[in-house]
Amino acid sequence: MQLRELRKDFRKNKVLLALTLPLVIYVFIFSYVPMFGAIVAFKRYQFNKGILGSDWVGLSNFKFLFESPDLWRIVRNTLGYNTVFIILNLLGSVFVALLLYEITSKKLLKVYQSIMFYPHFLSWVVVAYMAYAFLNPRSGMLNQWLSDLGLGAVDWYNKSGPWIYIMPLANMWKEIGVSAIIYYAGLLGVDPTYYEAAKIDGASKWKIITKISVPFLYPLMTILTILAIGHIFSADFGLFYQLPMNSPTIFSSTDVIDTYIFRALIDNGNIGMSSAAGLTKSILGLLLVLGTNAVVRKINSDNSLF
Amino acid sequence: MVRIRSYRLSRLPIHLFFIAVSAVFIVPLWSIIAISLSNELDISNFGYHLIPKKIDFQAYHYIFDNPMTIVNAYKVTAITSVIGTLLSVIMISMCAYALSRSDFKYSKIITFYLFFTTLFSGGIVPFYILMTKFLHLQNTYAALIIPLLGNIWYMFLMRTFFKQLPDSLVESAKIDGAGELRIYITMIVPLSTPVLATVGLMQLLIYWNSWFNALLFIDKQSLYPLQYLLQVMMSNIQEILRNMTSGGQVDATMLANLPTESTRMAMCILAIAPMLFVFPFFQKYFAKGLTVGAVKG
Repeated sequence: MQLRELRKDFRKNKVLLALTLPLVIYVFIFSYVPMFGAIVAFKRYQFNKGILGSDWVGLSNFKFLFESPDLWRIVRNTLGYNTVFIILNLLGSVFVALLLYEITSKKLLKVYQSIMFYPHFLSWVVVAYMAYAFLNPRSGMLNQWLSDLGLGAVDWYNKSGPWIYIMPLANMWKEIGVSAIIYYAGLLGVDPTYYEAAKIDGASKWKIITKISVPFLYPLMTILTILAIGHIFSADFGLFYQLPMNSPTIFSSTDVIDTYIFRALIDNGNIGMSSAAGLTKSILGLLLVLGTNAVVRKINSDNSLF
Repeated sequence: MVRIRSYRLSRLPIHLFFIAVSAVFIVPLWSIIAISLSNELDISNFGYHLIPKKIDFQAYHYIFDNPMTIVNAYKVTAITSVIGTLLSVIMISMCAYALSRSDFKYSKIITFYLFFTTLFSGGIVPFYILMTKFLHLQNTYAALIIPLLGNIWYMFLMRTFFKQLPDSLVESAKIDGAGELRIYITMIVPLSTPVLATVGLMQLLIYWNSWFNALLFIDKQSLYPLQYLLQVMMSNIQEILRNMTSGGQVDATMLANLPTESTRMAMCILAIAPMLFVFPFFQKYFAKGLTVGAVKG
């Protein structure tokens, strides 16, 4: 009886089901198979034996990872940079959006927006070229300017200190145009009668911004920030790999979880360490996204992811 | 009336602020252009300058005299971008349409099945082993195309759009005797060009700018996409220039005289030029696509 119903359902839905198949199969092969392949983190991987054939080693890969002196560095850098990025991008893009909102000329508005948006179309490889034009220790413009000021040249790609400023700057430069447009779009949704009423009451511009515009953006700010916190373990690989040109002498301030996983896999062929770090990151990431989503749902269920 | 606009923020400071910000955004791009137009000797004597001592097209001459390297990289990027974007839009839109239909029985389970992959991944190691050891895709176009094909977020973006189409559309077509496939191809697709274009452009941008899969899977120079060629050039310009010069027979003195610094930057300009000319016209589509974060799973 039930079987017949199932068969009837299938017949009724088979064309739609067929439409989903390419993506469903794709996702099975390239997402789900690797998910099961993640068991490699519990094995001593040998190329000739494959994932299934390699010997189980329990948690020893994780033990190596957690005993590694690099762990503190990459976790600190990943969390530290992402925290700074979240704060700076939030403040910066809301600030820019509020100023954009003050501009009445449609033409200038478009020009400013486009100029701030264009880095979005560039890859990190290209942005690394731009950074190199400034940071090249021999011919770079920054060192020339420093020497004009009577200061000594800096070997940028071998000095880790300045990178804690370069990274947030580069990240902001590339992303602020996009997030400012999101907040600007949010501001366009404010009912203009609020502003008119405030003006009639003689409210100062500052009052209008702090009492109407910014509070109106709170929900958007909250949601975007919480979602960003959900991905705090994922560093932007392009930024951290391309911009410092993978220079080992500055790893103390440029190495993050993702670059570490990549290097362990490709440069060192350390499959065990790399997969253990990858799996740890995936699990922490999953828990964090679930957690932050629960928070978002509490605040405003319309904005939760699921 | 107590106070009449006692304090009004003048717009001039705002414009000054944006002019300063614009400079910060334009100077890096300008610096690449300036270096690419500089004389190699000037660069080694005086360093990079925002205004070249004298304009010199040496680097561009050099590239256009030995165009094979960049032409080839363009070819690889174009092939992967076009095939990848087309395949991915087809695959994504078919699935999104089926999942948008409220009468599709398996919608919930498939949605969850797809959505879960955005929450959890096996990580790069098993994926790398799958691609290289099982599927043997190193040094193939497939290695550049496949990893970026199935973008689940864009699938949800499309599904949201399809959901806004009136149900009566499909129902009336069904009454007229049209099959599901026909409804999708002759009715849904033509009605959905805005969202197909948005997702297509975003995928095109992703493919055009991708270098990560080349970094993982490609070591043959004939399969370097543009961005990866640039990345390799940064660390290994001499090697690339040697391969670039026709014949490959270059002695040391000649190599020393090659315009390495300016050529590198000229290559960068040639790689991003189409992007900077074409994509601004589609900026509104990208701005639309940004709402992807608001899409529910």
